[in-house]
Amino acid sequence: MPHSVSPESAPADESTQTMSQATSQTGPGTQEDVTMGEASTPAATEAAKVKLEDMFDDDDSDDEFTSSAPQPKPKEEKSSQQQPAATFKISDRSSFSEPDVMRAFYQRLFPFRFFFQWLNHSVVPSKEFAHREFAFALQNNILVRYQSYPTHDLLRKACVQDVPPRIDIGPIYSTNPRDRKTLRKASSFVPVSRELVFDIDMNDYDDIRTCCTGANICRKCWAFITMAIKVVDSALREDFGFKHILWNYSGRRGAHAWVCDKRAREMDDSKRRAVAGYLELLKGGDQGGKKVNVRRPLHPHVERSLNILKEHFSTTILDEQDPWADEEKAAHLLGLIPDTTLRAALQKKWESSPSRPSASKWADIDSVAKSGALSKSSRDLLEAKQDIVLEYTYPRLDADVSKKMNHLLKSPFVVHPATGRICVPIDPQNVDEFDPLSVPTVLDLLKEIDDWQGDEDENGEKKLQDWEKTSLRPYINQFRIFVAGLLKDEKDGGGLKRPREEGGDAMEF
Amino acid sequence: MIRHDYSRVDTKRRPNIDYKKRQFAKAEFQQQNYDHRLNFYRLPPTAEITLEEFETWAISRLKVLSELESCSFRNRSPEETAEYMTSILSKHLPLHSNSSRSQSLQDERRKDHYSHFILRLAFSSTEELRRRFSRLETMLFRLRFRDDDFRERQEFVKDLSLEWEEVDEDEKRELKDQLMAASSLKKGDEQEWIKVDWERVPELVEQRRVLMKRGKAYVPQREQQSLVVADFTKRLDEALSLTARALPRLDEDDRLAPILAHLSQSFNSPDAAYSSSDAEIDGLSSIRANSIDTLSKNFPLCMQNLHMTLRANSHLKHYARLQYTLFLKGIGLSLDECIIFWRKSFKLMTDDKFQKEYKYNIRHAYGDVGGDANRRGRGYTPYSCHKIITEPLPGPGQAHGCPYRTFTPDNLTAMLQRVGVQDRDLLKAVKEDVNKTRYHVACNRVFEYSHKREIKKVKDDGSWSAADLDTIVHPNAYFKRSWLLKHVGDGNAGVVAGAGDKMEE
Ligand SMILES: [Zn+2]
Repeated sequence: MPHSVSPESAPADESTQTMSQATSQTGPGTQEDVTMGEASTPAATEAAKVKLEDMFDDDDSDDEFTSSAPQPKPKEEKSSQQQPAATFKISDRSSFSEPDVMRAFYQRLFPFRFFFQWLNHSVVPSKEFAHREFAFALQNNILVRYQSYPTHDLLRKACVQDVPPRIDIGPIYSTNPRDRKTLRKASSFVPVSRELVFDIDMNDYDDIRTCCTGANICRKCWAFITMAIKVVDSALREDFGFKHILWNYSGRRGAHAWVCDKRAREMDDSKRRAVAGYLELLKGGDQGGKKVNVRRPLHPHVERSLNILKEHFSTTILDEQDPWADEEKAAHLLGLIPDTTLRAALQKKWESSPSRPSASKWADIDSVAKSGALSKSSRDLLEAKQDIVLEYTYPRLDADVSKKMNHLLKSPFVVHPATGRICVPIDPQNVDEFDPLSVPTVLDLLKEIDDWQGDEDENGEKKLQDWEKTSLRPYINQFRIFVAGLLKDEKDGGGLKRPREEGGDAMEF
Repeated sequence: MIRHDYSRVDTKRRPNIDYKKRQFAKAEFQQQNYDHRLNFYRLPPTAEITLEEFETWAISRLKVLSELESCSFRNRSPEETAEYMTSILSKHLPLHSNSSRSQSLQDERRKDHYSHFILRLAFSSTEELRRRFSRLETMLFRLRFRDDDFRERQEFVKDLSLEWEEVDEDEKRELKDQLMAASSLKKGDEQEWIKVDWERVPELVEQRRVLMKRGKAYVPQREQQSLVVADFTKRLDEALSLTARALPRLDEDDRLAPILAHLSQSFNSPDAAYSSSDAEIDGLSSIRANSIDTLSKNFPLCMQNLHMTLRANSHLKHYARLQYTLFLKGIGLSLDECIIFWRKSFKLMTDDKFQKEYKYNIRHAYGDVGGDANRRGRGYTPYSCHKIITEPLPGPGQAHGCPYRTFTPDNLTAMLQRVGVQDRDLLKAVKEDVNKTRYHVACNRVFEYSHKREIKKVKDDGSWSAADLDTIVHPNAYFKRSWLLKHVGDGNAGVVAGAGDKMEE
């Protein structure tokens, strides 16, 4: 499952649970100390709740952290070694996966304070943050779940110590996740709230993408993600009335959305399923044929989406992707035209010039229809063409990520382990301008700090934070403004006050 | 604008009253009077009934719920379900309208009321039972709501005092086109809309059957049913979890406990349609990873499809892997052989990747790893047709599910021809089944066709009873029956004879 680890995908292995409390050996030269033994049998207790579906959630979508298998762990844990100070110098040979790089990143760049406020919904530390699950993917690929921290400072300390290449965020639980084992009843440890999240991954576009394959992306195919963001963002705002939607680059070839409104955070799974279903349009696997079958008249959401997508269709799809250039692909297009007379006429035309570009083939549909090869109404043809536009442009969401409150999702601002790029926010107002290939990598940023020539002290100005010296600055500022808006609404009552239905009706006997 | 404060009716009052007091305050042991045919079951029964009534009423309701469950299991449409249930309801749990002026109105309603609450007790103990009970009670309520007398239904709804806001004329005019489009109405359909927080009608939102504006759903009057039903379910779910918390005390009543236990036991899950005996097949010696290609000829179409996809791509996506792994486990493939099977099938994958990312999942499916519950339960149960037919449709690149449901008619026909089903009449009949969403009927039809000769033989010589040839509702049952039929009398384990060398490779 792209960009996310499913809630129960990690074995609740006691030994891995303690990994982050102990010190993981990450310094150079310690690798020899790691015994690569047989994977220990997980002595899981959580697994009463393990859903096997989720166990298989690793999928092949290339993504960063996919393993749900228990990994070998260091046999002996040494006491924490001297931590390198922030004097770490970056060299051209450094790799972003190195612990020292990650440590410098957490010490100097990760915006812990705004991050804390974002999840805490207030500047005063509360359960909203303290009961939140964090999952650390450690250097040796162990996923350590159910971590929690009362303050941003303690989270920062843990990050600097464990240097997780990836951090995932789970829900807020009814009790502190670290205490879950001491509870008498399993029912006292339940997820109570969590942002509504979305995951869009290029993986799902592989059957219509022609410019790149696999983990690669370019500006041409990034347009799929841009279109998806526009459509989903407007539906969430206009239809559902959500205001605080944080869009994030996933670091390689996708985007995540975090809907942070109180009303969204409190939704149970049936509501999450409803939103996902409302937004989901493409149905059917590879054998399912036509993927779009929408009612007419179009639902206002589909109508609006179509208007957004139409503009992109001729440039992004017809010109840049040119999806029907070869004959086999053109056959798929023919298959989407229900009018048999027209289909036959087009087939004949294209047989004589099979490599006509997609834009011409698309134009042929109307011109051949006008020349008389239409057995059904022009209304039918228009609708079929709308369906085709939607099949090639409408967002392909990984809906499972959105449907469950306790699905883990990769945190904003972490470093993508494969590309080194930071998972920075994307401004939905200017989504067209966002260029994933120019997002800074952790190495770029550390170098920018080193290269900084500012003279802050001599001018008597306020000393700049390290991140302010880098190209991460506009992204963190954007995040800061987002968080401030969220906190303000939260203070004013979170928009909507809902009466508690059950009251304090404890059933006692 | 109508704004009823429905929460005032009970929820706000409740916290102030100690539960014991509340019980005693109401425990007047009086017969209640039932004004409406429909019941939201807000108030528990207060009059005494005999132990015999307790049991027989509960069993009547159980019968009704089981039949409803089998309707959903067989994918019956709401109309078909309503028709099928008419006689069952009138026999076990009749409810007449006020206008019928029946003498037994109050008795019928009391039985309905009490039996609901008895089953609440019986089925509140586990999450799984609560979910099923809530789903079936919701189905029953919806069924009765649908065929209730129009005017009596309106009175019932009015008495519920649910909170909603009517869309006024100005707004209606302004949003006219969008309202019509969202609710699939034609010009001339006179319509009224009500505006509610969208969370109240998640099913309508999920299917995009309402206009959405800044968090409000515009629900057409005729969809009122959804609102009422959603409220019914919500209240029932809340009540069930309260009952669950109260259960320990009920265990002390030694007269009721055995009855309740018996009731919940007789409420068997359809997913239990798989029995481990399906894995013990006479004459089939232990299955090896390399016998799957041969055995796949006896697989139902869903599993043949997964097998072919796996062979074609050397890979399967996660839900497909899960569905297939559990099936293979179900036919008796051991964990070790299953790991070998997948390892060899993923030809393009490195050992390292396989060990890290796939092996654990297979072991988990077998209950070899995971929590106590998973291991005790020996992992997951192979999926039934019901489970496969009701799960979400596969997305791009995915191959799981039931091909009768997920394939287009043309692709389905091609697939069937590929596995040796050529008969044109049969293909036509399958197409009709599929049109009516009778996927399991289509699958059974194909089974009967491809085992025609063998079925005739075992019927003629009387070696198989009618029950042995009952409708197949589980992929593993399909395999078992297919294998046994193809090997009637030959006892030659592992050698698969018969028609259908249509497998690729
Ligand atoms: Zn590209």
